[in-house]
Amino acid sequence: MPFPIQNPRLLLTPRHLPFPPNPISLPPKPFLRPLSSAPSPSPQTLDAIPSSSPPPPPSSSSSILSIRESLLSRRTKAAELAAEYLDRLRRAEPRVRSFLHVSDAAMREAEDVDRRVERGEEVGPLAGVLVGVKDNICTADMPSTGGSRILEGYRPAFDATAVRRLREAGAIVIGKTNLDEFGMGSTTERSGFQVTTNPWDSSRVPGGSSGGSAAAVSSRQCVASLGSDTGGSVRQPASFCGVVGLKPTYGRVSRFGLMAYASSLDVIGCFGSSVVDAAIILSAIAGHDRLDATSSKHEVPDYASLLVSLDFLDSKPLKGLKIGVIQETLGDGVDGGVISSVRSAASHLEQLGALVTEVSLPSFSLGLPAYYILASSEASSNLSRYDGVRYGKQAAAEELSFLYGDSRANGLGHEVKMRILMGTYALSAGYYDAYYKRAQQSCR
Amino acid sequence: MALIVFRGGFRTNHLLLRRTFLFSARRDSSLLCTIQQHHQRSRYNVRAESLQATESKTSSKSIQMATKELVEKKTRGYEAIIGIETHVQLSTITKAFCSCPYTYGSQPNTTICPICMGLPGTLPVLNSKVVEFAVRLGLALNCELSVASKFDRKQYFYPDLPKGYQISQFDIPIARKGYVDVDLPVEFGGGHRRFGITRVHMEEDAGKLLHSESESYSQVDLNRAGVPLLEIVSEPDMRSGIEAAEYAAELQRLVRYLGVSNGNMQEGSLRCDVNVSVRPIGQLEFGTKVEIKNMNSFSAMNRAIDYEISRQIQLHNKGQVDQIVQETRLWDEGTQKTFTMRKKEGLADYRYFPEPDLPEVVLTKDFIDQIRQSLPELPEEKRRRYENLGLSMQDVLFLANDSSVADFFDATLENGADVKLAANWIMGDIAAYMKNEKLSINELKLTPQELSELIASIKNGTISGKIGKEILTELISKGGTVKQLIEEKDLVQIVDPAAIEALVDKVIAANPKQLQQYRAGKTKLQGFFAGQVMKESKGKANPVLLNKILAEKLNCPS
Repeated sequence: MPFPIQNPRLLLTPRHLPFPPNPISLPPKPFLRPLSSAPSPSPQTLDAIPSSSPPPPPSSSSSILSIRESLLSRRTKAAELAAEYLDRLRRAEPRVRSFLHVSDAAMREAEDVDRRVERGEEVGPLAGVLVGVKDNICTADMPSTGGSRILEGYRPAFDATAVRRLREAGAIVIGKTNLDEFGMGSTTERSGFQVTTNPWDSSRVPGGSSGGSAAAVSSRQCVASLGSDTGGSVRQPASFCGVVGLKPTYGRVSRFGLMAYASSLDVIGCFGSSVVDAAIILSAIAGHDRLDATSSKHEVPDYASLLVSLDFLDSKPLKGLKIGVIQETLGDGVDGGVISSVRSAASHLEQLGALVTEVSLPSFSLGLPAYYILASSEASSNLSRYDGVRYGKQAAAEELSFLYGDSRANGLGHEVKMRILMGTYALSAGYYDAYYKRAQQSCR
Repeated sequence: MALIVFRGGFRTNHLLLRRTFLFSARRDSSLLCTIQQHHQRSRYNVRAESLQATESKTSSKSIQMATKELVEKKTRGYEAIIGIETHVQLSTITKAFCSCPYTYGSQPNTTICPICMGLPGTLPVLNSKVVEFAVRLGLALNCELSVASKFDRKQYFYPDLPKGYQISQFDIPIARKGYVDVDLPVEFGGGHRRFGITRVHMEEDAGKLLHSESESYSQVDLNRAGVPLLEIVSEPDMRSGIEAAEYAAELQRLVRYLGVSNGNMQEGSLRCDVNVSVRPIGQLEFGTKVEIKNMNSFSAMNRAIDYEISRQIQLHNKGQVDQIVQETRLWDEGTQKTFTMRKKEGLADYRYFPEPDLPEVVLTKDFIDQIRQSLPELPEEKRRRYENLGLSMQDVLFLANDSSVADFFDATLENGADVKLAANWIMGDIAAYMKNEKLSINELKLTPQELSELIASIKNGTISGKIGKEILTELISKGGTVKQLIEEKDLVQIVDPAAIEALVDKVIAANPKQLQQYRAGKTKLQGFFAGQVMKESKGKANPVLLNKILAEKLNCPS
């Protein structure tokens, strides 16, 4: 999985998108109708803003904020919204195939929201918002396969903390999205079940491993979605599908309920059609969790309120900001198109006032090999539990070693097996110091 | 405790006299020789079965001493090197990494949750009590504590290990380089020993497999998965079965004193695996070590180790050293032998690496000091203190074995009782009662104050020793105070010579025939008269005075 060099999306308007915005499958964005001139901020963002900073982004820049506004002003019903998304989901699915499972409770949950709004009760900041969840994140009421045949039909006994927090904020989980098996891959072609196509061009991949989540938001099958990122699995598909993908800092979001791939690298991230949406979702899911000892205790700010709309920025908003471009990322072996994209992004930043310098990071080349060793080693350990003994598909066998061997041989895909083998090798006696330990040290 | 060796299906006992009964001549001629040398000394015919009973305090001292000499003679020329790995299940309220409770004997799979089941997406979170208990034990074992330690994953596949790895500590255990002081039981020659402790580390337990009778399937019970354990690894300092058994007994005493575990071998909260090797004395390299498992009591450990030592020595003596391979053997209580469980196919590779889901464990100086200050008086300290009080080693070992007995004893002394007398009462009548009724000392109605009072009453002559014993039984079972009972039952000792004289006269008058016999020479009848006077006095006559007056009366007719 190559390190993705992401275009900063905060200040780019859609006309900078590489692909022509002319997909037949892409529906009109229903909530970007021009609104009344006075920006009507949504209730939850008002509190955190100190009086000196500019007002929050208008609802027009955020699907989530528009939905909230519509619901609270009674212009739309959650049930209508849910029906619309579900309809679009079903119509797009035959081609995009981003979902492994669609919830049968979505309409019911939407109707609940409507009842509460009707009664004037408090509804959470994400009420009525339809969210897709990557299938390696546990949901108690829906199967969670991790994209693998070995967990076909498996239903967790609990919700992942991130899912629980979304639900507590009022979100409706519309379904589970497709992924490369256990997060291992960068095209979603390694799913044990189906291949997801890029909504912009069905001959192309959506990226991976969170391809389903990215495609679902991109084709407006849901408003936002959760994914996971270990080596680029949120950032890269976001780029491929033309949506905002946010990988939070490790520890910012609880990993409890995320099927572990590489425990020291995994994070749960999110997709949205705008930066504001991604920020709102992050605020909802971030924060310390007593069920995850690696989750950070730092306070969670209201990220959306810290965003400043284009309209309120002067011409050189990045003045004083120093940005480094790592030389080694633009050197040998990098595609010409990628180099020119990076360079044009760098000059755009300069135009906005930033000071862009090229820096050399000699150890950069160690990054990918170190990643492969660490990730594979931890994966080989984390995937040991998939043996068919307690859950998942069990192969019939007379002897214990065959029960384990056959269950795993049949249930796990090629890519996963390869990484388990690599990881097992790297950790085996005599090799731990040479590989894992050195990879750890190069990370520091 | 005798050594039992099995050859060709015979269950033989070294202490059996009849050498013809022993081994078939084609094998073990060396052993036969040794036995022949010793049969003169071993005059005791102890049945093998009795040794399978609980700790054999019933055998006389001389048997054990003879055994000890026998063992030493047998192992002459060789030295046994023994090391022990002990797993102690901690009595925390919840498991090591989740909030499940644990009770021994629960219905299968009733104390589990997604975390200890290792369900996808779950993460461990450390129970801080485990660290506290580890530090307590580390300090009690005189270890150096690792101020910053970490957890590691120990990886292998087995159905009772839900995650496919065990969270343990590999290269940085929480405590290292300690020692434990033990006193060997008096019956085995006594003596102090100090055994080194290599390391103490924290880890989680695995579940249990229950194999069906037909062996066609097995079932997994995960109740025990995730229960916190402390693994204690000793230096290979033990040299015999009894040293090993006493080391294990001391660990049990310690964990009970500290309150970190109930240390029950039967329940599996204290498990010992032993490594045994032998080498000719003078050789620097260690011999091949053999692991022994499945010993469910200290005496089983003792016997298993002694058996294994002699098995290995025999192979040495026969020139078949290479037949001693590094393997795991199980102790079979039925046949009293060790047998191969499976030949080790090389060392297992556990592919250890640091546990990424758990942060480092950092101990602050305050935390350690706080725990150090809260440690109770440990068994070793108690033994030394009791020794200084003047008690014999036998008494010391008994009293210091159980902390509640020791506390009772200490409380009795605090109330002013004589040391030796208090020890005797506790070790004698009180211990017997506890054993019969299967009660602990805290469950008795007798209080230390009353015991002290009882001792004082006897000492100052208010009641006789015999009466004292009677009162004791009542105090233990029903409670009450000594003073109360003496009053109620009118038990005050008769010390007035005149009163006793009157009783004596009465008895003598009532038994003229015996008097005549006595005077004729049957002086043993004094006991009869004494008994009769006692009966008359309802046991209250002071025995010393009684006999003095009785003797006078019997011998000088007047």
